Amino acid sequence: MLTEEMKEILAASKEIGWVLEPWAKRLFLLAGMDIPRFRWANQIDEALRFGEEIGYPVVAKVVSPKVIHKSDRNGVEVGIENEKKLSEIFERFSQIEGFTGMLVEEMISGVELIIGAKIDFQFGPVILFGLGGIWAEIYRDVTLRMSPLVEKDIPSMIRCLKAHQLLEGSRGTEPVHFEKLKKLLLTFSDLIMDLESLIESIDLNPVICSSTRCVVADARIMLRK
Amino acid sequence: MNLEILFKPKTMAVIGVSLTNERHPANVIYNKNNLRLQAKVFPVNDRGGILQGERVYSNILEVPEKIDLAVIATRAESIPTLVTECIQARVGGAMVISGGFAETGRGDLQDRLVSIAKDADFPFIGPNCLGIFAPPYIDTFFIPSERIVRPEKGGVALVSQSGGILVDHMIKLAEEGVGLSTAVSIGNKAFIRELELLHYFAHDHETKVIAFYIEGFREKEGREFVLDAGKCPKPVVVLKAGKTSSGVRAVTSHTASIAGDYEVFSSVLAQYGVVEAKDEFELIPFCEALSCYQRPIEGRIGIITGSGGHGAIAVDTCVSHGLSVPTLSEQGQNEMKDKVSPRLQSIASFLNPIDLTGSAMDEDFVLATRFLSKHREVDCLLILLLPYLPGITTDLGARLSQIYRQENKPMIAYIPHVEKFRMFVEGFQLNEIPVAHSIEEAVHMAEALRRNQPC
Repeated sequence: MLTEEMKEILAASKEIGWVLEPWAKRLFLLAGMDIPRFRWANQIDEALRFGEEIGYPVVAKVVSPKVIHKSDRNGVEVGIENEKKLSEIFERFSQIEGFTGMLVEEMISGVELIIGAKIDFQFGPVILFGLGGIWAEIYRDVTLRMSPLVEKDIPSMIRCLKAHQLLEGSRGTEPVHFEKLKKLLLTFSDLIMDLESLIESIDLNPVICSSTRCVVADARIMLRK
Repeated sequence: MNLEILFKPKTMAVIGVSLTNERHPANVIYNKNNLRLQAKVFPVNDRGGILQGERVYSNILEVPEKIDLAVIATRAESIPTLVTECIQARVGGAMVISGGFAETGRGDLQDRLVSIAKDADFPFIGPNCLGIFAPPYIDTFFIPSERIVRPEKGGVALVSQSGGILVDHMIKLAEEGVGLSTAVSIGNKAFIRELELLHYFAHDHETKVIAFYIEGFREKEGREFVLDAGKCPKPVVVLKAGKTSSGVRAVTSHTASIAGDYEVFSSVLAQYGVVEAKDEFELIPFCEALSCYQRPIEGRIGIITGSGGHGAIAVDTCVSHGLSVPTLSEQGQNEMKDKVSPRLQSIASFLNPIDLTGSAMDEDFVLATRFLSKHREVDCLLILLLPYLPGITTDLGARLSQIYRQENKPMIAYIPHVEKFRMFVEGFQLNEIPVAHSIEEAVHMAEALRRNQPC
């Protein structure tokens, strides 16, 4: 069920056609999904204070209604080590078209996955799951399922990936937290069923999974026109 | 909605027969049903008259018996009125053969037809279709009988949007000796669509496997279809046309870009255990294998061969299709070794593939097949039979099929399909053991059995 706040976020985003990342993250947080600690800073001081609070290194991303694909516009910086660097980046981001602040968030490490959703014309809501990051479209190591997912779908979705060993742990790396990954996928799938009439597609990319957490590190919600 | 009345009508009217043109589609349909099939047929034409000594009724309402099925092959514009009259005459349902509807831009005419039929709960197939081929009951294809290649009666139901593709596949089924229960061409599928036919064939006792040629679904119709196909106790095979999307749509998300229409289609079929055939070369063998075996396998293949090379190719192909070829336990190997002809004991290999060599005789194939059929490590057998081996006879198919009847472990044979070896092939096929043209096809058949379950 969508909460009032979720509905407000979606209604407020209707005009630009997609949901700004900080709002999208808030929405997924409300749905019960894990997101990084973040601050949407409009002033440089605010960004620096938050950097101090959570400790470096941090991640910074541009927030702009004109920028859907942040990487394409050099709007993402990871592994920022100190205040000086963070200030420089704030300065640079503020030149980007439509700048409405900077997202500062904790650095998460782990396997980068993509979890997506699309409202397919013939089949309705479908869920995509696979290897994420900026190369997701190049490798296309993904599996697709009609939503809603059920528990037993999850192991089979993992097995379908060529990179399944990355998740199961190989060569000394720890396996990702299966229960948390499963919960994330099931929660997402339920949410999509509620959002069916409102959205066109969603990318959670990357979702960063480790042996302790599965975190939605970036989120884009494209609304139905 | 009772569709049985469309497939197995006792009485049938053919509306639109011509008194002057013997080659008119309605006349072709009237003649073949009148002469050779079971339904009692009445010709209808609004001008009345006499056709081949029979009275032509000028209106369906004049026909003295209650009509189960009306086959309509007249001008498109006249059809809404004719259907209304059929409804008044309490006809069970109709087949609208004529084109000239949505496919030529007359969506309005089609909508009118649908709304008339919906209001009266009057099922019809078409328009713009061939209708139903279901001997000995009916055959509404407007193709003269002598031009149709007729598959034998059997377990495959074929449903196709395209009439041409349907007829082609009937020819291929006939060539392969695979039996057909019913073929349905649904054309514009304005009213009766894939979903209704899935439900009908799920309960049709003559049908064992249901195959669809699908160009596309309406909004969210695919969802309903796979959910029901997943629950269907019979295997469902789908061949999708229009895999490539023409025209580039602007996609703003990775998901939308990766999950194209076909990728979704294909993945969702697999999710619900609907077997997708990628092309016609898969569709026919899949139908053959699944009409013999409706239960899925896990895909642990036991290979019995008369040639080492065939065994090696089969293993490679199995592995590349995600099937496994487990090595038999030492105990199993020894057990089998003790049973085969003494001549083979030192030259044959019993690891899996079981290579019985060119010296093998029927008896050795029977022993190996019986052994693997009881063996839990494998759940499907590939029998690579080389009919040119001197010790092999045409009895082998029938003998091996007996083992299947006793042990219930699916087996798939490969035999080179040339005229000379037809008796070997038929020895298997007539005993309901599928036979492939190539090693690769035999492996594909096994893959179809494995895909016949949710993944």
